[in-house]
Amino acid sequence: MNRSVYLYILVGAAVSFIIRVLPLTLIRKQISNRFLRSFLYYVPYVTLAVMTFPAILYAAQYPLAGVAALAVGAVLAWFGVGLFPVAIACCASVFLVEFIITLV
Amino acid sequence: MDEREQLRRSILRGARDGFPIGLGYYAVAFSLGITAKSAGLSPIQGFIASFLNHASAGEFALYSLIAANAAYWEVAVVVFIANMRYFLMSAALSQKFSPETPVIHRVLVGFGITDEIFGLGIARPEWISPPYMYSAFLVAELCWSSGTATGIVAGSVLPANVVSALSVAIYGMFLAIIIPPARSDRVVAALVAISFAFSLAFSLLPVVRELTDGMRTIILTVAISAAAALFFPVKEAEGGKAP
Repeated sequence: MNRSVYLYILVGAAVSFIIRVLPLTLIRKQISNRFLRSFLYYVPYVTLAVMTFPAILYAAQYPLAGVAALAVGAVLAWFGVGLFPVAIACCASVFLVEFIITLV
Repeated sequence: MDEREQLRRSILRGARDGFPIGLGYYAVAFSLGITAKSAGLSPIQGFIASFLNHASAGEFALYSLIAANAAYWEVAVVVFIANMRYFLMSAALSQKFSPETPVIHRVLVGFGITDEIFGLGIARPEWISPPYMYSAFLVAELCWSSGTATGIVAGSVLPANVVSALSVAIYGMFLAIIIPPARSDRVVAALVAISFAFSLAFSLLPVVRELTDGMRTIILTVAISAAAALFFPVKEAEGGKAP
């Protein structure tokens, strides 16, 4: 079945809008349920981790380049380097590894 | 200082704070544009999608699912999961609004929430200033949307090795979000490792490897986060604060 790109965009936009606006307009007090707060606290880390690995290995032309990006990104992030420089360093390491592979 | 002058200052300060954020956005959005391009989006569609969603993980999931011709409900659930952290940020921001602020400002400031814009709003000691937030958001947002559109245009003319290099930018950003808290919080560190392991296992093992990327993300996120919340509930001080 062929679906409409605009409808996809609309679905994504509507969900994003509701998530961002609902708590601001409805919740005036802090969430007090401990399980719910803990769950919400952990969710972003788990989602991003699941989306990062093993996908990062297949993103570049060679898995080895993906391994390099993962290693470089993880080490720099560990030492508190910001989002933008980490992203650039990952790109650079892929570029470098793939350049070396094509030489060999 | 009269009201007009105060408004002018808020807008200028917002633009000044939004600009460096916008520069970073541009580069990441450019690589997102490459993903959007492979999903078949036109530059205009990419601009609109980025303007309305403005969320790296959420948009990345959206484009991957469009590429996979996923069901609409699947897109809704995955975007919901990927953007769930904005729910927390929105809840935190609700505490920073002066009681006199009209609800329309809550709606519009809420629409503009991203990790960085949220950071700006929380960083200021006074009540949220809607003009300041709008100005910072618009500057950063235009960079984000045009970055996506240029990525879609230029993605096809760039050499394969450059596209290959840029396509890991988004993962670099994800790493920069999840690794620093893992350093100070052992539970988060363990969760990242467990998530990596399960995600890899689910992509290799028979039966579960048939799941779509979206379903895998949903199932693993809910299961692992719920288990962590059950066994390692956060302390009072941590829970309210956004990552």
